[in-house]
Amino acid sequence: MRARLIAIAIIGAAGASAAAEVAPLAVSFTDGAVAESLTGVAGDPAEGRKAVFTRSMGNCLACHQNSEMEEQPFHGEIGPPLDGVADRWTVEELRGIIVNAKMMFEGTAMPAFYRDPSQAIRIGKQYEGKTILTAQQVEDVVAYLATLKE
Amino acid sequence: MRLALGALAALAVAASAQAGPDEDKLVIDGVEIATEAQAPEGHPLDKLYSGWRFRTDETQALQMDDFENPAMVAVEYGIELWGKPAGASGKSCADCHGDVSELAGLRAVMPKWSEAAGRPLTMEQWINWSIETHQEAEPWKWESQEMLGMTALIGLQSRGMPVAPDMSGGMAEWQERGKEIYYTRMGQLDFACATCHEANAGYMLRADHLSQGQSNGFPTYRLKWQNIGSLHRRLEGCVKDARAEPWKSGSDELVAIEAYLATRGAGLMIETPSVRQ
Repeated sequence: MRARLIAIAIIGAAGASAAAEVAPLAVSFTDGAVAESLTGVAGDPAEGRKAVFTRSMGNCLACHQNSEMEEQPFHGEIGPPLDGVADRWTVEELRGIIVNAKMMFEGTAMPAFYRDPSQAIRIGKQYEGKTILTAQQVEDVVAYLATLKE
Repeated sequence: MRLALGALAALAVAASAQAGPDEDKLVIDGVEIATEAQAPEGHPLDKLYSGWRFRTDETQALQMDDFENPAMVAVEYGIELWGKPAGASGKSCADCHGDVSELAGLRAVMPKWSEAAGRPLTMEQWINWSIETHQEAEPWKWESQEMLGMTALIGLQSRGMPVAPDMSGGMAEWQERGKEIYYTRMGQLDFACATCHEANAGYMLRADHLSQGQSNGFPTYRLKWQNIGSLHRRLEGCVKDARAEPWKSGSDELVAIEAYLATRGAGLMIETPSVRQ
């Protein structure tokens, strides 16, 4: 009985978090920052770390050098290094930059990781209807970046 | 915070020290081919650099010796095809054109306007036009070994000549269309050609040293492909990397981009067949 109640509670929580997920078009920016969590579920820094170096996920290393993951080969030089990024930006600003950096830096090369796919021009067929990262992955990456202090 | 900024500045200096082309000279069998050119006025880049200057010493070396250059296998095949009769006419390329060296300079002015077609044609399209019209034979597929062999062979006749496309008349419109696409951000990643090859040329994108995306070496032997390939194949790869829907080889869009790339690289030397990563 207790087990069943816990199971119901977990399902309930999962259901609530899915319902609370902010759709890309509904994300609210203030000076490029996004104050509200996209999911209401705290980001997992370990998952975020994985998304930062994995090519099929965030692949942030393509453009950013990051001393915290020196075991990973080939760090790019297009954007600023991630070292100490949490000293320079708040969590809300980091979330805004990941969701759509163009809201803060006009014309930046950085992709918008949680932009409505209908806004993309000529999006590849296999990417139709998809954001680069899911809402929870954005929260995970933000949680990881928040650990990068010098 | 001040310390962090200092560290950032140091990193920025380190990055800029390695950014950009190297200083190597391309000498093929004793003949030097310039790999940079002053950009004409109004060009978005100050100086033009061949993609060769952004490659590793090992990759560069493959292009410096025709016996080492793996694309020369395709050229050999091209020579064989040049003399081979085909189609209802029973004629070979050589029967009408003579020695292939007669076509020196042609690669440097591609794509070139066709009065008959009322549009520009790329080297591949000119070859197929001649195959169908003169040889009365079946045209070759864009990425076939036959087409690659022939474009490599004809292109080689212009090696060391400056890229000099003629964008007068009807070409201007195609060049303009190509330019428009070049600066359009597309795909899930929202990249334009210019995002990487204009704004960030010289920097590392993960393991790739971004070049200016010049087209003077095509068709090129690409180590990643383990084969020689066309410019349109390479462009397809770039578009896919932006997670955008690619255009087909020979499509009007890719011909337009090819026309614009030729104007962006005007003054660089033809390196066909080049070797890249």
